[in-house]
Amino acid sequence: MATRKKTTRKKATKRSAQKKKGGARKKASAAGDADIVERIHATDEETIDQITGTAKRVHSSIMKGIKPDLSLPVRALSNVSYSASRGYLQIGRQKKVRTLSVNTVKSFAQTLRMMGLSKELVRNNDFATKREAYYISKNWGDAKFDEQVESDAAMDDIEALFSVDNVSREQLRFFPEEHGGSVSGPLVVIDEDATGQITRIDCARFGTGAFSVPSSVEQLRFETTADFVLLIETAGMFQRLQSHRFWETANCILIEMGGVPTRAVRRFVRRLSDAHKLPVYAFVDCDPYGIANIYRTIKVGSGSAAHVNKFFCVPQTRFLGVTPDDIVEYELPTHPLKDVDVKRAKDALKNDPFFQSQPRWRKALEQLVKMGVRAEQQALAMWGLNYVIDEYLPRKLEHTDRFLP
Amino acid sequence: MSKNAGARKSAKAARTGAKTTARRKMARPRRREIVAKSPQRGAHELAGQNREIAVSEFFAKNRHLLGFDNPSKALLTTVKELVDNSLDAADEARIPADVEIRIDQLAEDRFRVVCTDNGPGIPPESVPLVFGKLLYGSKFHRLRMSRGQQGIGVSAAGMYGLMTTGHPVRVISRVSEHQPAKRFEIAIDTAKNHPAVRKEAEVDWPYEHGTSVEIELEAAYRKGQHSVDSYIRQISLANPHARLVYLPPGRETDDEAIVYDRVTSELPPETAEIKPHPYGVELGVLMQWLRESRSRNLSGFLTSEFSRVSTRTAAEICRNANLEPSQKPSKLDRARAEALHKGIAATKIMAPPTDCIAPIGKELLESALQAIHPADFATAVSRRPTVYRGNPFLVEAALAYGGALSHDDPALVYRYANRVPLQYQVGGCAITRAVTSTDWKKYGLQQPRGAPPLGPMVVMVHIASVWVPFTSESKEAIAHYPEIIKEIKLALQDCGRRLATHIRRRKRLADEEKKRSYIEKYIPHLAIALQEILELTDKQREKTEASLTEMLERSRKL
Repeated sequence: MATRKKTTRKKATKRSAQKKKGGARKKASAAGDADIVERIHATDEETIDQITGTAKRVHSSIMKGIKPDLSLPVRALSNVSYSASRGYLQIGRQKKVRTLSVNTVKSFAQTLRMMGLSKELVRNNDFATKREAYYISKNWGDAKFDEQVESDAAMDDIEALFSVDNVSREQLRFFPEEHGGSVSGPLVVIDEDATGQITRIDCARFGTGAFSVPSSVEQLRFETTADFVLLIETAGMFQRLQSHRFWETANCILIEMGGVPTRAVRRFVRRLSDAHKLPVYAFVDCDPYGIANIYRTIKVGSGSAAHVNKFFCVPQTRFLGVTPDDIVEYELPTHPLKDVDVKRAKDALKNDPFFQSQPRWRKALEQLVKMGVRAEQQALAMWGLNYVIDEYLPRKLEHTDRFLP
Repeated sequence: MSKNAGARKSAKAARTGAKTTARRKMARPRRREIVAKSPQRGAHELAGQNREIAVSEFFAKNRHLLGFDNPSKALLTTVKELVDNSLDAADEARIPADVEIRIDQLAEDRFRVVCTDNGPGIPPESVPLVFGKLLYGSKFHRLRMSRGQQGIGVSAAGMYGLMTTGHPVRVISRVSEHQPAKRFEIAIDTAKNHPAVRKEAEVDWPYEHGTSVEIELEAAYRKGQHSVDSYIRQISLANPHARLVYLPPGRETDDEAIVYDRVTSELPPETAEIKPHPYGVELGVLMQWLRESRSRNLSGFLTSEFSRVSTRTAAEICRNANLEPSQKPSKLDRARAEALHKGIAATKIMAPPTDCIAPIGKELLESALQAIHPADFATAVSRRPTVYRGNPFLVEAALAYGGALSHDDPALVYRYANRVPLQYQVGGCAITRAVTSTDWKKYGLQQPRGAPPLGPMVVMVHIASVWVPFTSESKEAIAHYPEIIKEIKLALQDCGRRLATHIRRRKRLADEEKKRSYIEKYIPHLAIALQEILELTDKQREKTEASLTEMLERSRKL
């Protein structure tokens, strides 16, 4: 499945690269040198070192007759805090030590076999999707995984184990199934695929289509003349802005997130923004899901995967809209908040370390709950289909300093 | 007229007979009630409209009251009455019972049941009355633990057979080797409740003593919970001293007989007959006994009619009732009888003697249960006798767990009263109530609300008493007396606690086994993974594996 996806992508990029030739280069300014991207990720050698180092430690411990153990950071909200200086939700110091015993022997064996698989993938410069890794385990006899959730959990364990040393799941060559988001605008993505071939992709030349973010974005480099990145929640809104070439008039890169963005999309935005010092603005629905799930995750990461937030968050993101104030100002049509919405908002106010540390956000969320309504970004269509392009976004972008943090 | 005189004479004979055998015994009013239905003089002489209704006639029309409501139940009831009688007779004669039940299907809905026992036999002169007259029996007018109680059963079965097939009951009985066996064909005259002997002859019979009864009836043979098969299995469970041979219908040859051998050669202890206890007597009954008493004074009446009443206790009852002990009992009016009744309740009287009931016993219950349901675990409890309404009773419970029994079905519940299985009216029985209201979850079993526990289990409850309080004449369920339910629950809880220990131990062993296999299963993979990552040689891998196995074996807590 993933392999097929990859080939089609390769073909497409090749074709577009041939077509445009220097087209994008004209736009690319001296500012966009992909090599200056800060490398917080480990190299392949470091990944292999991590795996063999852990295995060595386990092995020598066994040979000495001492029960080996693995120490994993506790992945629970109780072990997560918001770091204002770093700008993301970071994992605390609590560790869970898993010692080899009769009860843990199965998961110990499976975790180590998974690490072995990872080492092989890195060495062969290949990858396995999470589903594929699950099927590979079917060769392991009694150590096989019965359900994919079990193999996913083993992957998360290894990732958490190595996260201290900057190794993420993508580095271990385990890729998610989900598709990445869509990108269009004055951006050239320089990609190197598994065969070593380098392709230049001009995201301005997809017509009414768009560039699709690959599962692993670590190898990408960027050239761009854009002023900022605009993240859009829904495919419908992206379609409108893309078709009317909003990226051209506003000189920005449009990225469609499709709900809560995948790890690849988050990492893509992060690397792009870091490389070119681009501001990032989020344009989502005004409801607790858009704010507390989508926006929160892209900005500061998620609570359940706090050990990797440092790679995947985009702390420089700011909230363009739709804000609760917009509902009033633009007299947007609304729907009443459902019980789950209210619960989500209250939960964010009560438990989320990010919202707790942001007085403006607290006020906005409280205001939303008090109003008891929500508004979708496409509600702006009430004032005309292109009202969002002609009026709303330009007016908003005049005062980026007023964006919510 | 002459007919009338005959009827009167027999009625009188019946009454005087009753006087000698069972004067003022507790159960007497029931009998009275039925006899009182005969308005012999008045009605007959005045008009032809009112007629005597013989008990037999009444039951012929209300056969469901005796357990003949449908063809399959009729077969079961017939077998049950015959076997119960055989076992009672053998036990009383102190003969280890040997009973053969033979059922043959003669036509689609026609069966012949033959029950042969090695009991003491029945004297030829009694045979017609025993099998041809309802409510003729040795058990009704006494307080003694026995299977049968009312003397309705076997003659009702015979009557049912006669009504449905026209065939009379055939009986062969022999009382000793010195006397010849006699064969009878007996019909019952339902209008008169009187036996009609059709044939009587001496026959050759291979056994020294015993009785064989043959009844032909319209019936149906079914399998399942209410089946004859199930009854025979269950009765053998409660009568481990008896040998039962069962020849079910549909067999090819007699070799296919199902034999339930004796689990013990010891007979159940002989039980004593007792007088009623004062706490169990009702006011109306008390009044009647007072009227009929020949005692000269109240004190004498109390001491001679009841158990556990000494002169001193009698004096105390009289004091509490505010009555003179010297009064003549037959002169007591209703108000004073009531005072006496209240006086009894206000007096502390010793519990009745309990040698009148015999338990099956813990060991026998366990081994009998194991013989029928080979299980991983069996336990039994035999509680001490206690009293409800002045009647001594005792409760026994046994439980078998595991083996071939199904894990997902509700536990099988076997109910017994005086060693007789109860198969119908599950819902209305005190035993069912006690089983479902016991909290089995405490003992490691699952239990849906208001239902028996789930699991591979057989629960057996036996109530032994001189007078088992059945909810109806067909003796299918035990009435909900709180004292009885409480005793059953205590017995079940005792069994449950022991079962819990067994289940816990089993679970621990299973866990242990699981751990062992876990170690064996996953250690090689741990070693393979390390080999893969660290590029170990096969020898190094084997060493790792050995080291790992040793480490985990050592840490395994047994």
